[in-house]
Amino acid sequence: MTETMNINLEINNKQVTANKGETILEVCKRLGINIPTLCHIKETFPTGACRMCVVEHVNSGKLITSCSYPVEEGMKIMTHSNRVAESRKVIVELLLSNHPDDCLYCVRNMNCELQTLSADLGVRERRVMGVKNLKNLDHTGASLVRDPAKCILCGRCVDACDRIMGVNAIDFINRGSNAEIAVAFNKGLNTSSCINCGRCIMVCPTGALYEKNHYAQIMEALDNPKKHVVVQYAPSISVTMAEEIGLPAGTDVYGLLNASLRKMGFNTVFDGAFTADLTIMEEGSELIHRLTEGGQLPMFTSCCPAWVKYMEEFAPELLSHLSSAKSPMQMMGAMIKTYWAEKKGLDPHDIYSVGIMPCIAKKFEAQRSEMTRHGMSDVDAVLTTRELVGLLKIYGIDIHSLEPESVDSLMGQRSTAGKIFGAAGGVMEAAVRSAHKLVTGEEMSNLRIEALRGFAPVKRTTVRIGDIDLNIAAVNGLAGVKEIIEEVRSGKSDLHFIEVMACPGGCINGGGQPLTVNEENIRKRMASLYTIDATETIRTSHNNPEIQKIYDEYLGEPLSEKSHHLLHTHYEKRDVLI
Amino acid sequence: METTQFLLLDLLKKPEEVSQKASLQSYLAALRRENVTEPVIFIGAGTCGLGAGAGKTLHAVKEFLAEKNLDARIIEVGCIGLCSSEPVMDIQLPGYNRISFEKVDAAKVPDILTGIFQLEVDKTHAMCQFPSIGNQSWEGVPSYMEHPFFKPQSRLVLKNCGIVDPVSIEEYIATGGYQSYLSLIRNKQPLEVCDMIEKSGLRGRGGGGFPTGKKWKFAFHTEAEQKYLICNADEGDPGAFMDRAVIEGDPHRLLEGMAIAAYGIGATKAYVYIRAEYPLAIERLNIALEQAKQYGLLGENIFDSGVNFSIKVKKGAGAFVCGEETALIHSIEGERGMPRPRPPFPAVSGLFHKPTIINNVETLANLPEIIALGVEHFASMGTDNSKGTKVFALSGKIALTGLVEVPMGTTLREVLFTIGGGIANDKKFKAVQIGGPSGGCITEENLDIQIDYESLIKVGAMMGSGGLVVMDEDTCMVDVAKFFMDFIQRESCGKCIPCREGTRRMLEILHTITHKPTDEAKYEPLERIKSVMQLEKLGKVIRETSLCGLGQTAPNPVLSTLRWFRHEYEEHIFDKNCSAGVCTELRTFKIDVEKCTGCMVCARKCPTEAIIGAKKVPHFIIEEKCISCGACADVCKFDAIDIF
Repeated sequence: MTETMNINLEINNKQVTANKGETILEVCKRLGINIPTLCHIKETFPTGACRMCVVEHVNSGKLITSCSYPVEEGMKIMTHSNRVAESRKVIVELLLSNHPDDCLYCVRNMNCELQTLSADLGVRERRVMGVKNLKNLDHTGASLVRDPAKCILCGRCVDACDRIMGVNAIDFINRGSNAEIAVAFNKGLNTSSCINCGRCIMVCPTGALYEKNHYAQIMEALDNPKKHVVVQYAPSISVTMAEEIGLPAGTDVYGLLNASLRKMGFNTVFDGAFTADLTIMEEGSELIHRLTEGGQLPMFTSCCPAWVKYMEEFAPELLSHLSSAKSPMQMMGAMIKTYWAEKKGLDPHDIYSVGIMPCIAKKFEAQRSEMTRHGMSDVDAVLTTRELVGLLKIYGIDIHSLEPESVDSLMGQRSTAGKIFGAAGGVMEAAVRSAHKLVTGEEMSNLRIEALRGFAPVKRTTVRIGDIDLNIAAVNGLAGVKEIIEEVRSGKSDLHFIEVMACPGGCINGGGQPLTVNEENIRKRMASLYTIDATETIRTSHNNPEIQKIYDEYLGEPLSEKSHHLLHTHYEKRDVLI
Repeated sequence: METTQFLLLDLLKKPEEVSQKASLQSYLAALRRENVTEPVIFIGAGTCGLGAGAGKTLHAVKEFLAEKNLDARIIEVGCIGLCSSEPVMDIQLPGYNRISFEKVDAAKVPDILTGIFQLEVDKTHAMCQFPSIGNQSWEGVPSYMEHPFFKPQSRLVLKNCGIVDPVSIEEYIATGGYQSYLSLIRNKQPLEVCDMIEKSGLRGRGGGGFPTGKKWKFAFHTEAEQKYLICNADEGDPGAFMDRAVIEGDPHRLLEGMAIAAYGIGATKAYVYIRAEYPLAIERLNIALEQAKQYGLLGENIFDSGVNFSIKVKKGAGAFVCGEETALIHSIEGERGMPRPRPPFPAVSGLFHKPTIINNVETLANLPEIIALGVEHFASMGTDNSKGTKVFALSGKIALTGLVEVPMGTTLREVLFTIGGGIANDKKFKAVQIGGPSGGCITEENLDIQIDYESLIKVGAMMGSGGLVVMDEDTCMVDVAKFFMDFIQRESCGKCIPCREGTRRMLEILHTITHKPTDEAKYEPLERIKSVMQLEKLGKVIRETSLCGLGQTAPNPVLSTLRWFRHEYEEHIFDKNCSAGVCTELRTFKIDVEKCTGCMVCARKCPTEAIIGAKKVPHFIIEEKCISCGACADVCKFDAIDIF
């Protein structure tokens, strides 16, 4: 590293060295100099919109944006001179001057970058008065609420939607002080190409974007003695809430999570990783069916609801490539109100089924008409990890005072293959493990498929299963899916099976995860899932005893008629503007 | 047509061999209309002329000719620059000098034409004549070179405007056109061209004043398989229209300039980014492009030189900010027109991430003449650091409005008072706004500075694109600041916070100062003076931290008026008075109960129903509803309305 440090410059009167091409902001970060930013997100090019990161370029006497300016030989920079500090302060004051100023009522109170900046920069007086923003809430989205009045137009959401997701559902409209961020034709989110991934929420510095909250319905169900409230949580949840409850990032709080859910009044607690195993059985069998019976290939996974909507909108002609298997959440929802209800002798109408998900697109998925039977939703409400943490507070639960508990039986036991669904590449790894067994009758000798792990946008590898060379890929972050779609469209793809996760890193970095996340913590979460996989004994879905039992007692075999009714569905072309 | 093309092509191909040929020379003289064989009528049909009624004039000319059964050629030329004299009609009779008439509306056409065909000049409309050897001159009509508006000017860029047929490439070639370009591609290496332009001292005419040759070299030295040239014709400053006039009046000059620039930087493709609001300019530009292609002056392997060059016209949708280089590039790329941070500079990574040079119309239109006259000649014009000429657009409260091209270093006083004829209607000069909304105002005491890039900055203004908006004693400077601030805050792209929010806040403060106080707190002069302090502080931060030139210069009109006309701000704040009488909304109206007879006339006239009261009972004005329009005071016969 040091030998490439070939640029000498001076920051705050100290000589420092830097690499050619590094920005001033990057160098300062490395040196522990904290420069505030509002519009910058690491994944995309600097837009230079917010001007918070200005520093004084002593050589020219100008203020320049450190996020975009590359280091130059002989450069002299002052990062916190009075001139810089005052400029930053005035910029924040300008943002506050027409802001609604209702922090106490705001979803981002105590967790807002604008609020923090204002406090950090010492804004203590209303020096700049402006006409307040009067803009209406956009409530029309299935998962998302937009509050343009709180929007500071930093453009992070636009960048995330474009460059990370490749969806472009939102962009700037109008000019000057009338500029705002909107969907096409300035309509509601419901008539846009928004795939409900929630990436925009994850990058929004203020309360301008947040998930549609399901507290009220859930609390009412919990309070209703006639309702049997069943909860399932996604494989990632137990490793993604640690930071929010004061534990080191990545800590698996599985036992405490179960205990706290029961404490809040949920009658039955299931682990969604169980139906992740079930998904592997169905999806893996479907793949083998397509391979052996000559079905559409390559096959895409269908467990990410944001990806499914993306495909319906942007690649509808390839929908026959999409696995017909429902997502694990919806499989669990279907099984709860059929298999489990029968077992327990409950009327499905008395069951209230809640999913705790890392994702806001799951809110949209749960209300899709494909996911209802006899006018009844399989999953009644979805809570994000963020909302779960909030619910713990509402119910006054001190999670640390609880004793760990296990999940309920029948649909609680999981393999670690189901657990690694939470990381991008995990679904594919789990599927290959079971496909190997299904095709060859033998277990894979080494269950770990290194090429599918990590954060690369598109991971490709080939696995030998019997006499088949299975070409597989895992897409991590939707922007990467375009090249694969083009490949499949052109008919040139030699791939057999493709996993797509809309969010970079997979569900551990989902749009419903706590907002305090950073890159390091996401790596820890991923490591935690793979540690679980490495340390437990049941590591393949087909070896999960409860999975074996559910097929023996109820479903028969994968792709059976019952499976077909309960666990599979199909999707259709969706007009982008509807 | 074909033989003429061959003659001209010969001239372009082998000028040394053929240029002395007598047949060619007489043909060129005919093209230059040194003599004509039939009467020619020229109508100044630029956008400004058409706006003044040239279309109707043209129609009247045609009707007249048809009615009298006369033969004459009619040519629609661009604007000669004296907009206040539009519509302009020139007539050239065989054997006579071309004579120019001003303010020729349709009704005047028959008289003027009848007269001239009988060799009688209508003196009230005659403006000037263009002397030509061998032609008879008109008595009592000043020469073009002696006309007070044109005499002090040095026209390089505007040389042909209003004189030649803009859509005739032959005429352009006959006046020496395209020969600068061809001599360069035959005899000079690209880097030599960059050197020549650097040596000429030419600086960007779009506002920044960056040395053109130096800028070209950045692109020249950046290696890339494709480089681009962009002509910035997104002329957006209120009160600037020189680019439009050049394109409408002499489009080939721009094309030749672009070809020279492209050769210098090594670009084979170019765009003209032009406002869609300039339909006539676009039309003429497209015609010129087709003609240049026909002659092989654009395209592949131009005149066997191995040089390729093509130009595309890209229409802008009318956003002021798209005049900013990086926003303009985004716009051509199909993105929203928003600037991006620099570096990387466009010369290194611009259009489609390729090295791109963006030059303004006037900059490019200078190039053919710089080469034709010689670099040294150009460098000898102007001041130490600002060479050549500058075109200014005169508008506002000035006697003669229009386009003026003078050598750098000319004083503003000369431009405004000698050329522009001073202030209209014998009013007193107050200030001139130079550089549009990004510039500043210049007062009487600084009128004698020599115009160049640096001296204007010293007095808090800037060259900008060269708009000169003249203001007289009836202009309120706070109102002027408000006008420009309103323009800027609407035209800001909305991307960076200081520009988007800051300009809006500044406008809101100016609104407060120019309106009567709406609540008790704002009555306090202290509160109101605080706003002015706030203006200065915001202005400083906006200037220092904005992303692009638009934001960085946005506070200039306010800061500049605050610097020179602080007393006017103070008057608005302390006395709630606007001596220019512009900010009428500052006034508070009250009814004198002693005088009011309760006639109800004012109540009926009030547009906001702010006056209440029964018949024959003194009325009352509800202050919250009153918009200070003064309609009540105008209609009151009893002088019962007091104005504070």
